Amino acid sequence: MSPGHYLALSAILFTIGAVGVLVRRNAIVVFMCVELMLNATNLAFVSFARMHGNLDGQIIAFFVMVVAAAEVVVGLAIIMTIFRTRRSSSVDDANLLKY
Amino acid sequence: MSAHVLAGSAVVAQVADKQSGEPFFFWVLAVVSVCAALGMIFMRKAVHSALLLATVMLSLAALYAIQNAPFLAFVQVIVYTGAVLMLFLFVLMLVGVSSTDSLVETIRGQRFWTAVIAVGFFVLLALGLGNAALGDSAGLKTANADGNVIGLARLLFSKYVFAFEATSALLITAALGAMVLAHRERTTPKPTQKDLSVERFKTGAHPGPLPGPGTYARHNAVDMPALLPDGTPSELSLNPVIAARTDTIERHTDLYGETEEEAVEEDVAAVRAVTEEVKDADAESRAVFRSAGPATGESEGKAGE
Repeated sequence: MSPGHYLALSAILFTIGAVGVLVRRNAIVVFMCVELMLNATNLAFVSFARMHGNLDGQIIAFFVMVVAAAEVVVGLAIIMTIFRTRRSSSVDDANLLKY
Repeated sequence: MSAHVLAGSAVVAQVADKQSGEPFFFWVLAVVSVCAALGMIFMRKAVHSALLLATVMLSLAALYAIQNAPFLAFVQVIVYTGAVLMLFLFVLMLVGVSSTDSLVETIRGQRFWTAVIAVGFFVLLALGLGNAALGDSAGLKTANADGNVIGLARLLFSKYVFAFEATSALLITAALGAMVLAHRERTTPKPTQKDLSVERFKTGAHPGPLPGPGTYARHNAVDMPALLPDGTPSELSLNPVIAARTDTIERHTDLYGETEEEAVEEDVAAVRAVTEEVKDADAESRAVFRSAGPATGESEGKAGE
């Protein structure tokens, strides 16, 4: 299998994730779509590592995973706080910074 | 001879990357992950989206394993599918599983423009990929010579050691941030047990647990209303859905009597008889216990222990 196949799959998954972020309005689902995009880039990093024959790409994918885990913790805590005050997890209702 | 060996090693290097069965697994996993990702953005219920995201992540883990990255494959399963997705599900349960997206567009033409942007973005990516001279992959045979984990550790603790230390700061900051965000200052004193009990009786509603279905009835099926000690069938003992679907008193008419009233009378009489019997037996056993005296009672208690 040439790396092109893996990169194409990664591009498709990234686009699907981006569509989800733009279309969905439940904050948690939007967040899951962001995770999908991060996973797609990880797939690209791993195939680049294999293509170049060194492990740097895998290290970067590992760091992406660490940052994503930290980001999920904080993001979900923010969603919970908004849900507590607004009783809703829709991104349309979180407009407190708007005015 | 040496030229032959050199040519042989070149061929080996060229096919080092080839693995038997890789195309098969790649196409299966690619189809599964793309279908699951599409389902994820089109499912209306957030829980379904989360489960489909788990499918995508598991198939990506398998793809990592195919691409000579066993460490990342396991980390993907443990960290992403195990921790991150469970955290998502946990928050979904807190927010409410039944919450679904409304399908009303708040921004006009949002879906149309999203489709346009998505197609444009994908075409850009595809053009970039198509123009890149990717060639064949070099394979990780030499990099993974001592094992994938050892190779990764060697890089992580030499070239990337500063970034590695920085992630520890990031993790501590994230944990602290989550704690600060999740913390809620209590503005009213915590209700005591007394307050809770007063609250419960103040409403005037039934304070105890509801009767179970089938209590004192001839069947213990869930659609059989319980008979209260005074013989009346209790609608409270049934699931409200079942109670709404059937007339609960009718449930007692299957064996005795011509009419519902007669059947209920029959059951009430049976319940009364049983209650009397139990009361008599209870009084008898109490009398026996009292006459036996406290000493035997104590030894019995010890034997019971």
